[in-house]
Amino acid sequence: MNTNVQNRIAEVLTRDEQTLLSDWLREQTSALTARQDLIPEADLRNQSAEFLALITSVCRSGSLSDIYTLEWKPVRDFLDSISASRVRLGFSTSETATFIFSLKQPVFNRLQQALAGETSFLIEDIWTATVLLDKLGLYTTESYIKTRETVIKRQQMEMLELSTPVVKLWDGIVAIPLIGTLDSARTLVVMENLLQSIVDTSSNIAIIDITGVPTVDTLVAQHLLKTASAARLMGAQCLISGIRPQIAQTMVHLGVEFGDIVTKASLADALAYAFRHLGHNVVKQTTFN
Amino acid sequence: MERIPILQVGEFLIVSIQVDLHDRLALRLQDELTSQVVKTRAKGVLIDISSLEIVDSFIGRLLNNIASMTRIIGAGTVVVGMRPLVAITIVELGLSLINVKTALNVDQGMALLRIMVNSTIEEGSDEPDNR
Repeated sequence: MNTNVQNRIAEVLTRDEQTLLSDWLREQTSALTARQDLIPEADLRNQSAEFLALITSVCRSGSLSDIYTLEWKPVRDFLDSISASRVRLGFSTSETATFIFSLKQPVFNRLQQALAGETSFLIEDIWTATVLLDKLGLYTTESYIKTRETVIKRQQMEMLELSTPVVKLWDGIVAIPLIGTLDSARTLVVMENLLQSIVDTSSNIAIIDITGVPTVDTLVAQHLLKTASAARLMGAQCLISGIRPQIAQTMVHLGVEFGDIVTKASLADALAYAFRHLGHNVVKQTTFN
Repeated sequence: MERIPILQVGEFLIVSIQVDLHDRLALRLQDELTSQVVKTRAKGVLIDISSLEIVDSFIGRLLNNIASMTRIIGAGTVVVGMRPLVAITIVELGLSLINVKTALNVDQGMALLRIMVNSTIEEGSDEPDNR
């Protein structure tokens, strides 16, 4: 009996492929979520035609109740690629899912015409088609979200790499300007980069500049303290610079203390301190040639 | 039985740890180092741990103890060449090694020792100024 349903749906899909395609396209473009600004109609037509061809061939051979079988693999791959391309084009989730869900109406209309007198068959077929299309639609949504997540993860990684350059200011002085919120993962990367560069350049002084850090709470302070202690263990001294007035106030209100770490208001002050510490003397030239 | 050599250079003792520092070896080093300091009347001890890749809480505490012990018998201790990952581990373990002076490499460690010894002689105090 199940094969009967399958045959009938496959039949409906193949009978008049061209009109089905144009009906479906009309549904897609007339839907509220249509994005003709993002995708040209020719592309949409190609994608739809390809999908119809794929699903028709699978309907003949595969089971309609489970879309995770081997027969459905081409369809799933196709949906994956559609979702991925639509993420890049800037479609929203529902706009992407409409691609599948707008196929419902044309298919139901055709089933209705084909099975005009046979109500029980009609209901059975419509139910099977609904379940199938829902599954495909949900699959598309999931795939869309998965693509989005990989994009987010990649951007996070890029941010992690971007945000921690260690710069050498002078012989024996390195600085790391921090930008953005400090969490445990980032602090670890910062710490490792800073300590490694202390070894590489054999610097006595490491300046952590937190001008770009929006808030300093107890957790961030603890992270900074840890970095400073680790630097001390290696034989370098850590300075913290770029503490804005608001941050100084918040820190005192929170009871955050940096212990015996030298803190300065600006990177310039920290650099001046470092020069004095290393015995350098900066003198302004007064004579002109 | 393996042991870690302690070298005397002028008024300083130099220890370079090139092998895995297991607990018994570390305790033996502590014993020998303290007796050597007394015997040679050294004014400073330099411990090079640049080859040391693993430091656990026991070794960390022991380094701190060695520094405190040598100070009591009149010699400052400088630990040099700690690797970044070792430093991070020690901090994450919650050890602060408060008594240990540190330097980036042997060269700077020796310079620091000389400063410490000179200031001890000049000021007659046991607290060398924190360079």
